Amino acid sequence: MIVFGYRLPGMSSLLLWGLLWEVVGQSGLTFFIPPLSEVLGTLFTILGTNAFQKALFETAYAFLAGVFFAIVIGIPTGILMGKSRLLDELLLPWVNVFLSAPLTALVPVLMVLFGFGMKSIIITTTLFAIWIIILNSRAGVRQINRSLVEMAHSFGASPTDAFFKIYFWAALPEILGGVRIGIIRAVKGVIIGQLLISIVGFGALFELYSANFLMGHFWAVLIVLFALAFTISEFLAYLERRVSYYAAKR
Amino acid sequence: MSQTRQTLTPAGAAGFESAVSARHISKNYGEVEALRDMSLEFPRGQLTSLLGPSGCGKTTLLKIIAGLLKPTSGDVEVNGKKVTGPGPDRAFVFQDFALLPWATVLRNVAFGLEMRGVATSEREARAEKYIKEVGLAGFENAYPHELSGGMRQRVGLARALAVDAEVLLMDEPFSAVDEQTRRKFQEDLLQLVQNENKTFIFVTHSIEEAVYVSDQIAILLPRPSRVSEIIRPSNFRSKGVDNIRRDPEYLDIVDEIWASLRTYVE
Repeated sequence: MIVFGYRLPGMSSLLLWGLLWEVVGQSGLTFFIPPLSEVLGTLFTILGTNAFQKALFETAYAFLAGVFFAIVIGIPTGILMGKSRLLDELLLPWVNVFLSAPLTALVPVLMVLFGFGMKSIIITTTLFAIWIIILNSRAGVRQINRSLVEMAHSFGASPTDAFFKIYFWAALPEILGGVRIGIIRAVKGVIIGQLLISIVGFGALFELYSANFLMGHFWAVLIVLFALAFTISEFLAYLERRVSYYAAKR
Repeated sequence: MSQTRQTLTPAGAAGFESAVSARHISKNYGEVEALRDMSLEFPRGQLTSLLGPSGCGKTTLLKIIAGLLKPTSGDVEVNGKKVTGPGPDRAFVFQDFALLPWATVLRNVAFGLEMRGVATSEREARAEKYIKEVGLAGFENAYPHELSGGMRQRVGLARALAVDAEVLLMDEPFSAVDEQTRRKFQEDLLQLVQNENKTFIFVTHSIEEAVYVSDQIAILLPRPSRVSEIIRPSNFRSKGVDNIRRDPEYLDIVDEIWASLRTYVE
């Protein structure tokens, strides 16, 4: 495949895989993979249904709330860890443990602690996303040019000024990278939460469709979910490119 | 030559008033002794260079004067007031420029004023004035990475000038720019010292640069760090920028400083 620009190859390969899907589906090899055309047809019929929109709303709500807390708690924590040796030594082991821990195994504990409702799902989502956001914010602060900090200090910057006008911006490229990866992990978190804690939202749809062997529906919802995650991640990648003009020159 | 040189004398004896005095400054980093009992007077309205081989503590002394580092003992007075931290009476020009890479030239120059809570319109007006003064008019909305090294240091200089501090602290400000730009900078600096009624403290490792721009040169020697001598060139700088580098006194001082520093260079 000839590479003209950035987008064309990515889209082209998707077309190729879509074609393969259609061929395998049409051949009737397995009930598990209906033709792509059928999946897309199902997709448009279920998009308008109440069940789907309710699921979309529930999932979006849990997802956005979870990501919101992950960002609002994660970024300041990471920045403070990067700035303070003490805080770093206190928290870093935990961050690393939770980053690599199988968080799914923690979900039952969360259910005991926070019940079977939306609260537990949101916390699960936050837990999936927050660690990489903390680590990246911390890394962003740690690579900051010392003389920028001295500069701010010498011109009389208060700690608050330094935080918002130096540290945050200096670490922004890394922070955005962390948020992007965190959001991808949050998609995992919200679906796992909805499957394990209470069967609501997209989790409920997955459960319903796979239990009834409605593979067309199953794949359709998966495509919607994938498209949403992809769009958000691409938007963040775009934001990252917006700050890349200074990322390499700090 | 002897009339142009003097050993360390107390303030006043040489007929000047000190803007900055460093008294018995010592600075230890753990076991390492960076400065030991160093005293130095900086005459008002003049440019004093701190010159010495690497490791002689010149940057450390400058940062102590700036209030960025705390001395282990001794103190610094600026206009008779003891230094406890950075203050509005001093502005710093950094070796690596220390510009905010995400901000335009205008915002960078206005940064010091922004930290002082000057209103946006006023600080931008003042920043624009100093951007013009350092010869960067038309680049107000450029970003640092779009500028050459020399232009970036002009931004750093404009930022320090914009806060209108009485004392300008310059940490090897021209060491990261190319030779031609540096010569232009040195000429501009002489103009600046003459036009602005400010006290300049200038760290450099270039002997020629120090002799070219300074009213007073403090030679610092390492292990232990100390002021070995103070040189006050007489009057060759009044002969015009074009004649300084071939003035016999200029050449003699450069040679003599090299003779005394030579043994300390590995």
